[in-house]
Amino acid sequence: MTAATIAPPTAPPATGKPRRAGWAAKLVPYWLVLPGWLWLAVFFIVPTVIMLSVSTMTGDIEAGFKQTFHWSTYTDAWSTYSVQFIRSLEYGAIATLLCILIGYPVAYWIAFRGGAHKSSLLFLLLLPFFVSFVIRTQSWNFMLSDNGMVLSRLRGWGVVSSHFHILQSSTAVVGGLTYNFLPFMVLPIYVALERVDPALLEASADLYASKFTALRKVVFPLSLPGVFAGVLLTFVPVAADYVNSSILGGPKTTMIGNIIQTQYFTNLNYPVAAALSFILMAILLVGVFLYARLLGTDDVLDAAAA
Amino acid sequence: MPESDPSLPPDLLRGLTSARLSRRSALQLGGLSALSAVLAGCGIAGAQHSSLGLSAARAEITKFWAAHKKTGTLDFANWPLYIDVDAKDKNVHPTLDAFTKQTGIKVKYSEPIQDSGSYFSKVQPQLASGHGTGFDLMVITNGLYLDKFIALDYLVPLDQSAMSTFYAHASDLAKNPSYDRGNVYTMPWQSGITGIGYDPKKVGKKITSWNDLLVPALKGKVGMFADTEDLPSSALCAVGVNPETSTPRDWHKAAAWLKKQQPLVRKYYEQDYIDALSKGDLWASMAWSGDIFQANASGATLEFVVPSEGAPIWTDNMCIPAHAAHPRDAMTYMDWVYQPKIAAALAEYITYITPVSDAHAVIAADAKAATGTDRTGLEQIASSPLVFPSPSDFSRLHRFRVLTKAEEKVWNGIFEPIFQS
Repeated sequence: MTAATIAPPTAPPATGKPRRAGWAAKLVPYWLVLPGWLWLAVFFIVPTVIMLSVSTMTGDIEAGFKQTFHWSTYTDAWSTYSVQFIRSLEYGAIATLLCILIGYPVAYWIAFRGGAHKSSLLFLLLLPFFVSFVIRTQSWNFMLSDNGMVLSRLRGWGVVSSHFHILQSSTAVVGGLTYNFLPFMVLPIYVALERVDPALLEASADLYASKFTALRKVVFPLSLPGVFAGVLLTFVPVAADYVNSSILGGPKTTMIGNIIQTQYFTNLNYPVAAALSFILMAILLVGVFLYARLLGTDDVLDAAAA
Repeated sequence: MPESDPSLPPDLLRGLTSARLSRRSALQLGGLSALSAVLAGCGIAGAQHSSLGLSAARAEITKFWAAHKKTGTLDFANWPLYIDVDAKDKNVHPTLDAFTKQTGIKVKYSEPIQDSGSYFSKVQPQLASGHGTGFDLMVITNGLYLDKFIALDYLVPLDQSAMSTFYAHASDLAKNPSYDRGNVYTMPWQSGITGIGYDPKKVGKKITSWNDLLVPALKGKVGMFADTEDLPSSALCAVGVNPETSTPRDWHKAAAWLKKQQPLVRKYYEQDYIDALSKGDLWASMAWSGDIFQANASGATLEFVVPSEGAPIWTDNMCIPAHAAHPRDAMTYMDWVYQPKIAAALAEYITYITPVSDAHAVIAADAKAATGTDRTGLEQIASSPLVFPSPSDFSRLHRFRVLTKAEEKVWNGIFEPIFQS
């Protein structure tokens, strides 16, 4: 946009050559964002439109799928799988909350007490993530198995009954989700806390604020943008996850991601799978939009300033 | 148990039941149909030899096989733990090495198939767009997905003139099966029974019936399968119905049985049940016969039972995907494994139901020649009804229900919500 103001505001010359130069300069920013738009168009908009069109088709894999604008696929899909949709959102909310409760103190400690070791501590936090997601999740199956190192000991001490098991339960699934997505919460909170000037803490102490009041009234509001970003980065992928449920879950822990996978890969029912994906996307988009409006970054900054 | 109909040549029967065979498969066989169309157009084609006729289709198949000679390479797609391995090196497969030595064909062996359904959806787009899967030979279980492979003409019809070993040694179970009359597209690799595997020390009593999986004492310790073939068929057996001839009313009855059982079920498993059963997370589970045999060979003390109400039997089949680069090499291998010696070597490791009953004598002889634990192991295999079932065992084993498209929707609608709840 600055290019436009730099261009000399001369009257249109007869040749039109300088004018073309001005146009070219005006177009520079658009050329610069073009790769981004192309990327978005090819890898997001085109597939999304295709999936939208698939979702209203009818047919089967042998006869082929034909466009019939069969919108009731959506209502049928919702009425059949609303349980799994709601369960996914519940698991997403609980896991996100647990991530905040566990992640905030970790980020706080690294940001304010990490000292010279901050980067090593962050590295330690990320170290497990150099191992594949599936293998890390599967390893819980070894540790928490009924005769594994944890439960056999607890049973030996008489803490749990012989039929008690952790795996294949909703606790295991939510636990796995929390474990797998924790760094996505810690990192943005850490970045926000890192920017808080320690002098503010001294100033609040000078104004007779206790340590807890300083945390509550100064540090926490300033870190809210980090929490906001962390919630987005955690909740959306957690609600759509299907790995944790299939590895750690049992009956009645099926999430909507598992259903979509079965519809695509087992039933080859592409319209229903596409419709389910769109419903999930719509729910998450509306949720995120409302969340941003209610607790948007601007408001958060206002809260911090007040 | 294949019912055979001696009055009709099997491949004719197959042709009669699938009218599109000539056209579609001809297209798949490398554009030869264009040639036949030209020939039909300018020749003096007699009425008894139209291009849509069965003999035309047969001629195309003969031409296809005449055009494909040995290349010296074979790309083989199989399931995990489904071939013999060397005791020292798990990547060495003695029977494959013997095959290379005898025929000069090098085998590139891989194990990309976890279950027929997801493998079908993986290769379906490649086959539909006319590209090969990269494999010349694959192993697919009879049922919904093998039917789809056949209906969509994604399989190359076999060269019936190159199956002499098969016809000499294949057991009745392997010849002319109900899902592929006349072995037009498939030759069995192994068959297996879906029954109950359990740990007798933990359960504390003998399990003999599907209804033993309804005992409250097993709460949280029972595993069932997450699929639309084994799980429904087993439940149908449990309520006393033969799955092959079951009706939608029976399906609801079976679903009610499964729902009653659901509070006791720990999880609806895929391939991972055997791990949970060996570790003790499960005390009893639906199981595939050979898995229990193999788990015991590596130290577990599990038992496998064919429930008194009956159980499903399935067959994994070797077949050649369309557009395979080396079909002749695949054909050679498929026939080669039907030698009793080779079938015995495979059965001794895989411990499912071998398609070659003559392998029994070979294993018994091997057992006599062996010593120590090898000997007892081989004797167990030779005497096991799970590897060599008797005719009376077969009377309790049932094939899967063949479903029409409309029935498949109803069936899935009834049974899927049970394991995806």
